Amino acid sequence: MPMSRPPLIAISLLSACMLAYEVVLTRLFSMVLWHHFAYMIISAAMLGYGASGTALALLKEKIAPHFGAVYLTAAAAMAFLMPAAFLLAQQVPYNPLELLWDTTQPAKLLAIYLLMMLPFFCGGLSIGLVWWRFGREAGRIYAYDMLGAGAGSLGVIGVLFLLPPERFLIMLTALALLAAAIAVIELQMKQRSLMKAFIGLALLVAVVPSGNWLEVRPSPYKDLSQTLHVAGAHVVAERSSPLGQITVVENTRIPFRHAPGMSLNSTDEPAPQLAIFVDGDGPSVLTRFDGELAPLDYLDQLTSALPYHVLETPHAEPHVRRHAGPHVLVLGAGAGSDVLQALYRGAGEVDAVELDRNIIDLVKKRFHEFAGDLYIRPDVHVHEAEARGFVNATHKRFDLIQVALLDSFGIASAGLYGLSESYLYTVEALQTYLSRLTPGGVLAITRWLSLPPRDTLKLFATAAVALEREGIANPAARLVMIRGWKTVTLLVKNGDFTGPEIDAIKQFSRERSFDVAYYPGMRADEANHYNLLDKPYFFEGATALLSTQRQSFIDRYKFYIEPATDNRPYFFRFFKWSAAAELFALRKQGGMPLLDWSYPLLAATLVQAFIASILLILAPLAVSRARRSLPPGRMAFYFLAIGLAFMFMEIAFIQKFVLFLAHPLYAIAVVLCAFLVFAAAGSRLAGRWHGNADAGRYLILAVAGIAAFSLLYLALLPYLFRFLIHLPDAAKIPISIALIAPLALCMGIPFPTGMARLASTADDAIPWAWAINGFASVIGAVLATLLAIHLGFAAVILLAVLIYTAAAAALRGQG
Amino acid sequence: MKCPSALGVLIYFCSAVSSQGAEFGELRHKLVEEVAASARDDGFPLSPRVIAAMEKVERHRFVPAWLVPFAYLNHPLPIGHGQTISQPVVVAVMTELLNVKNGDKVLEIGTGSGYQAAVLAEIAKSVYSIEVIEPLEKQAAERLKSLGYGNVTVKMGDGYYGWPEAAPFDAIVVTAAASQIPPPLLKQLKPGGRMVIPLGMQFVTQYLMLVEKRADGSVTTRQIVPVAFVPLTGGH
Repeated sequence: MPMSRPPLIAISLLSACMLAYEVVLTRLFSMVLWHHFAYMIISAAMLGYGASGTALALLKEKIAPHFGAVYLTAAAAMAFLMPAAFLLAQQVPYNPLELLWDTTQPAKLLAIYLLMMLPFFCGGLSIGLVWWRFGREAGRIYAYDMLGAGAGSLGVIGVLFLLPPERFLIMLTALALLAAAIAVIELQMKQRSLMKAFIGLALLVAVVPSGNWLEVRPSPYKDLSQTLHVAGAHVVAERSSPLGQITVVENTRIPFRHAPGMSLNSTDEPAPQLAIFVDGDGPSVLTRFDGELAPLDYLDQLTSALPYHVLETPHAEPHVRRHAGPHVLVLGAGAGSDVLQALYRGAGEVDAVELDRNIIDLVKKRFHEFAGDLYIRPDVHVHEAEARGFVNATHKRFDLIQVALLDSFGIASAGLYGLSESYLYTVEALQTYLSRLTPGGVLAITRWLSLPPRDTLKLFATAAVALEREGIANPAARLVMIRGWKTVTLLVKNGDFTGPEIDAIKQFSRERSFDVAYYPGMRADEANHYNLLDKPYFFEGATALLSTQRQSFIDRYKFYIEPATDNRPYFFRFFKWSAAAELFALRKQGGMPLLDWSYPLLAATLVQAFIASILLILAPLAVSRARRSLPPGRMAFYFLAIGLAFMFMEIAFIQKFVLFLAHPLYAIAVVLCAFLVFAAAGSRLAGRWHGNADAGRYLILAVAGIAAFSLLYLALLPYLFRFLIHLPDAAKIPISIALIAPLALCMGIPFPTGMARLASTADDAIPWAWAINGFASVIGAVLATLLAIHLGFAAVILLAVLIYTAAAAALRGQG
Repeated sequence: MKCPSALGVLIYFCSAVSSQGAEFGELRHKLVEEVAASARDDGFPLSPRVIAAMEKVERHRFVPAWLVPFAYLNHPLPIGHGQTISQPVVVAVMTELLNVKNGDKVLEIGTGSGYQAAVLAEIAKSVYSIEVIEPLEKQAAERLKSLGYGNVTVKMGDGYYGWPEAAPFDAIVVTAAASQIPPPLLKQLKPGGRMVIPLGMQFVTQYLMLVEKRADGSVTTRQIVPVAFVPLTGGH
């Protein structure tokens, strides 16, 4: 067979498919479960690549005579496995809510992990084969490979505006089949009928109608699934974008009456509503509005109405006279419940910030009549923006900033968000909000009530720290917290609360049977009157958090309530190992629901990644002939270290860029693209130094570069983000790539440098180097997330720098 | 699923053959002992009538066939349609909190499997139960009827307005999650009556809310974490 040229275009396409698949899986997992599981998907991809490397090392002699056939088979297998693995994974009845009862759940998670690995194994095999076969042209292959990878990961963002993710999976199959067809030409294979067959298959797949077989099946315990079981519920609109799948549900038979935590003294019935779900979670509601305020009376019966009563207090701030109603900013406006509340309470002007254009469009266009043209009123200004970005950029000042309660009660309290980054409730976020208040203005945040108190006390502590960082000498004078039977509202004022305001707060709460949990000067006997707890936990907690005993209280508290920061934005993580043991012991008494499952799940994923990568990547080598050609210890350490460090950087940057790019999917796509493309460029650069006596020095330079850029970014990124966050995505994406590029370039150098060293000293050990590096990548992806939760991104990045340094030292010692 | 006891599996298969199922009594007795002990440890000692009701209601009749071997574990179990049968200890504590007596009339919003209704029916004079998921309502109504619970009436419909024809009620249990407590339900609660609402997700009951309506018609709530997990700060 001729095969004188590598199938570069095919490689590029396959690589694009694999990366796009990796990113789109995070989208699909968000829809099916409650989290993007990026760390697990990246780990599974690495496992697939690593295992394919091992397979290739062991079988290449056998494969060699059949290169073309094996290459095409692997590519075609990958094409079909991409949708198949996901659809099969959906059939695994994995239910994180049952994790605590059902000992088979971890095995189900493992099954999903292994299924997810398969397409990457096949893709890795096909690309690895080309590398091995056309080793002389490694540079060009690498360039095309990474060009494809970069285009694939970034391209997802664009394509997901056009196609729903499940349809996108099928398009990836067609694209991979097309790659196989192109490979037939590129490899100058004689069997042209094969090319036709692949093209035919690709076309067939591309036009195959979607149907039940291709449906994304969200967990039956997601809010949307539960809602659709109710008689009379039906979907009236659906929209899809990279930000999420929007579903609008109507039920005229058993109507929605969303009024979170409405006072038990109220007899109001909410106006008719449509329920809106994002990725099956929610609902937030679109309420019918015809300009009449009376049907909205119930909105004044929620704890979130409190700030309006404070702002209306006569003589509250004698130096601030409001001629019109308050200027309100609603963050996370959704379909406008809080905007309606503002109008009901006589707001003069409302700025509403919503990230998802689809939701805004639904309110503005499709349901504009139902919504009473809420989003096109002259006194309502709707902004399609991320909350932090908008607040940073705006020059306006607000009398009230209202942070809407958009997540659902169950999810937050069941710990399903424990691993999710949330930059809405960090210390830095609150500082930013506070800086945009008028004198006497109020920041109001409403949360679901969780018992024992978790997120509310964490939020209270966060507010206290934010005020302190803003140089407020007595934060206690600026905080108020009330609680109903299901919601808690925290007020943070730009100024001390006045006597009349406190009277208004007490009256508001008394009339609605809400309990005041904290106000400046509150006595213990004023707490816990209407919604009785065994002890006034909220008052005691708030008081302790404002005292000099704060840290000791946080340390001793059985849940993790340390304020979230941009460095550790895990607001919904409450897990503590000490309490876990106690709760596990109380499992038969109903203690398990209090245990945040997501953290132990992460630990379980680490264990399974460890075992799977040993079994699939390292063990096959250990039992083969290769066991006789182990690399020297220092070299083994070197490849382990750079594998770990690379993943630490990549995962930490993904999580860090969620703030800047406003959504996990954008962060995953953009950061993966930047790291892959520029690390590849770095590798190319290093390839030119092969045999160069100065290679060692270049490595030291590269590690110095990694350290310098990492430290620089640790110091600068918060400021850069604040300065640039308001820019449109079209600007933020290239800026992100440009920021990561030099760091990734340096990070691409250590691997080929080590390989060159190994090739010159212990050539036989090269498969081991690949395998050890692959093993480190598999566990590194999960370990980085675990460490980020515990130590913060800064520590993970610093650790990566240290590991790179140790690796360079090991190689130097080896030299 | 956690391994059921060997005895449970054995009885399951034997009972499938013999159609007796009476052997489950022993498993149920053990479960109720466990439930009573844990409720007591949590600070909610069960009254004899609640224990008797839990002893009597055959939980294995309320779960899908494939889960019968697990029916007497102190676990919540899936019953299809995205719904679950609650953890027995939660059912027991809720029943205790409702303080139901002979002669009482009870309203339940969210029939589910019908298990909670059956437990209540062992104590109360009559139980009215409303379900919003049609297939579940049908199943539960048939099941309760076949088990001889003539004092339970199940209907399909909107729980928001309660059951005005049968109101007022001595006790109301709202197991269907809601972001608010419908005012009509509070209205249909007798002065001195009690309402219990479990809050959380399927499989995961976070806390229970007890609503008490005083003689003057005013209401207070008590929020109860159904597990003895205090003090919240160690070292006190």
